[in-house]
Amino acid sequence: MEIHVELKTVSKMFCGCKNDPFGADKPNIYTCPVCLGLPGALPVPNRKAVEWAVLLGLALNCEIPLFSKFDRKNYFYPDLPKGYQISQYDQPFAVRGFLDITVGNEKKRIGITRVHLEEDTGKLMHATVDDPTSPSGLRGASKKVSLIDFNRSGVPLVEIVTEADIRSSEEARIFLKKLHQIIRYLEISDADMEKGSMRLEPNISVQKIQSRLNRDKIQKLPPYKVEVKNINSFSFAKKAIDFETDRHIAILETGKYPQQETRGWDEKKGVTFSQRSKEEAQDYRYFPEPDIPPIRWSKSQISNFKALIPELPDTRIARFIKEYGLSEYDATVLTEDKKTADYFEKAVKSKTIPAKTVANWIINKKADISKLSPEGLVNLIQAKTQKLPMSEKDLEEVINKVLAVNSKAVVDYKAGKESAIMFLLGQVMRQSHGRADATTTRKILENKLK
Amino acid sequence: MITDKSIKEIHLGLRKKEFSCEELIKETYGNIEKYDSRINSAITIVDKKTVLDKARQTDNGKKEFDLLTGMPFVLKDVYVTRGIRTTCASNVLADYIPQYDATVYKKLLDLGALLIGKMNQDAWGHGGSTENTDFGPTHNPWDLKRVAGGSSGGPAAAISGRMTVFAIGEDTGGSIRNPAAWCNITGLKVTCGRVSRYGAIAYASSFDTIGPMGKSAEDCAVILERIAGKDPYDATSSPASVPKYTSFLNKPLKGRKIALPKDLLGKGLDVEIKNAILKAVNKFAEIGAEIEEVTMPIFDYGLAVYYVIAPCETSSNLARYDGIRYGFDRSKFTEETIRRIMIGTYALSAGYYDAFYRKAQKARTLFIKAYQDILSKYDAILMPVNPTPPTVIGELMSDPLQNLLADFYTVTQNPVGVPSLAVPCGFTKDKLPIGMQLIGKMFTEELLLNIGHQYQQVTEWHKQKPDIIS
Repeated sequence: MEIHVELKTVSKMFCGCKNDPFGADKPNIYTCPVCLGLPGALPVPNRKAVEWAVLLGLALNCEIPLFSKFDRKNYFYPDLPKGYQISQYDQPFAVRGFLDITVGNEKKRIGITRVHLEEDTGKLMHATVDDPTSPSGLRGASKKVSLIDFNRSGVPLVEIVTEADIRSSEEARIFLKKLHQIIRYLEISDADMEKGSMRLEPNISVQKIQSRLNRDKIQKLPPYKVEVKNINSFSFAKKAIDFETDRHIAILETGKYPQQETRGWDEKKGVTFSQRSKEEAQDYRYFPEPDIPPIRWSKSQISNFKALIPELPDTRIARFIKEYGLSEYDATVLTEDKKTADYFEKAVKSKTIPAKTVANWIINKKADISKLSPEGLVNLIQAKTQKLPMSEKDLEEVINKVLAVNSKAVVDYKAGKESAIMFLLGQVMRQSHGRADATTTRKILENKLK
Repeated sequence: MITDKSIKEIHLGLRKKEFSCEELIKETYGNIEKYDSRINSAITIVDKKTVLDKARQTDNGKKEFDLLTGMPFVLKDVYVTRGIRTTCASNVLADYIPQYDATVYKKLLDLGALLIGKMNQDAWGHGGSTENTDFGPTHNPWDLKRVAGGSSGGPAAAISGRMTVFAIGEDTGGSIRNPAAWCNITGLKVTCGRVSRYGAIAYASSFDTIGPMGKSAEDCAVILERIAGKDPYDATSSPASVPKYTSFLNKPLKGRKIALPKDLLGKGLDVEIKNAILKAVNKFAEIGAEIEEVTMPIFDYGLAVYYVIAPCETSSNLARYDGIRYGFDRSKFTEETIRRIMIGTYALSAGYYDAFYRKAQKARTLFIKAYQDILSKYDAILMPVNPTPPTVIGELMSDPLQNLLADFYTVTQNPVGVPSLAVPCGFTKDKLPIGMQLIGKMFTEELLLNIGHQYQQVTEWHKQKPDIIS
């Protein structure tokens, strides 16, 4: 799996331009000589972006090499103003990590090959615009044009590459969700799939289980793979993988191998389609970026980075279970995003309400936590759960009301159906908003129905 | 002529009102009008009236001002200048008007220096003779049949022809030193990282350096102390503090050790140039320096290293000139530029990278070591700049290989990163200029300028000007 994530640094990767391509209300307003690739302009790396790439690497249990560098990836495309993308080739910021996921009841480790930093490209738009210069001279004449918006050009982008450890579309989905969660925990990206600030690229190949382990028990991969580019949701990733595995199996069963190629995902039709075959594969002519000095870390810098990593979901789940006595389910739900988990911890800090109750309120969405402060939630729970003793007169009134509108239950009870009294008791509890004492109510009911 | 004087002398003259800035500017424009139709040093001349207005403002301005205030200068046409056409001598950018200023240009503007023109060069820096240009070759003021050298040929010829007081050149493999030597001026290739490259149109980024060109080592020192230093817009610019270069100029050379690579004075070197170098050696000995012979056999591989790495980087640097956003498309590249792009593209391709680019980078490390070995024992290395006197126009263009060989002495310093000062040191019997270069350790420009200045205190070569300039 390859995953691209746009970092939410204030400025772009190699210049001071504002990094907000989705917030821009016009094209090409966040641009400068550097991100437009004008003659003579030079890139200066964004320190924050570099630090965040390292943080992500550490969160994914990677090694951080003490030496790293940027490289140029040379290719032509109109959205790439310099004719090359500044990326990292053979010495990325983070290598050899892993992420543990739970599939069903089993734990599984997905290897992380690398985490590297690069720059995003501009965005092409193909549109039809008015053409006042049309030779026909017709009013309303139009022409087809391709327009480029460079607001996104030079936005910092991290790429995460996994080992070929993922065995099913479901594993892929679980892995991606967890990765997404960690990125959000680190607060380095919105990782908003719809906006395209997180883009997924599964690489798929299929083989029979028995051939997966050869005699030496060394895993051998099939001699081909198909990459599906730029998927923007977890469920599409799952669907694309399923579509591809079915397609591959059909081909493999005829005794052939699927073609090694890059494919796109058509979300409307739910199919993949061929984009570029192996023969058309690009030679990117990577070489070290001469405009940016290599990056050298000291060991103490790396340990300082480690200290910056917040408590990640797995650790937090374990702590919630231990510290607050929550069920694994509750702990998992509460830690799904950092905000909710932080909210929960603030609310239980006062210790006025049992943690389990607070968890229950948040999970079952009894209150809108986006509008209510943690203290507010505590007060609300307190108000709603404290039982004010109900006066006998008030209780009588409620009981009389219940008896009056539930005459069928009354008849049933009198006819000997003892369970009918439970129904009536429930009605009283409900009408009194739980304030009625169950034992007292039952006694009164029994007296009244004699 | 006012423009015969040094920067310091002109500055004093302006302050004492011996002459006005207006007169100075009129003189430079006068010389352009008189000579440049024959020399062709300029691609774009800045509007005279605008510059004269600024000159008058300088004359009427405050009494205390910087050494470069009101000083006319020219730029090699690689530097982007907001609102002023910048072509890099290529038709690809024939109508390109930049939207921002190169750092070096901005620094000079801030000091009140006055830009006169954007000068001719080999397109994109691809060449050593200012013949690979879409604006016609620059002619050597010392012999109009001959080339001015390159790639910064325009700026060198303009100084020689007194059309400016100084220039900012750019040196990737000799582009400042080569034309300096052939036009009898002084030029400094600075240490990699000493001067910001922001706004200099890149040829080979890891070799490109921005440096001063002038009539003397002293002028170069004055300019360098004003353009050097860290630039937040150039990640490769050095944070090392900038020495006051002029304060080192008058140190005596006694005890300074200069290495002379004897094996570089043999085959392929013009005899007159060799003799001029040996005379310079004697001069240095007279003024107290110790000269010792060394060898640098690794030089045989210099051109190979340079002509792999530089084309690789240029093939990438020139990719942006696709004609989509500005300029014209690739059909406007010259044959020489296409050759370098193709060589670089080939050398970086899958399957060839290890054999070419990687190997060249390894050899580059050997060069670094070879220079370190000598420079750990000596203050400077002395060698020629060019193997021959300036060639006749057309000669090099018809022979691409000979064209490369002309760079023999100047292409190894850039891959290593060391500074090198080119200084006039004589003439051939046909009165064609000869130059030598002094190469120093990283960030020791003050020492090179000191040695160059001391040499110029006891020699007159740098004061000579071409016959056509009256």
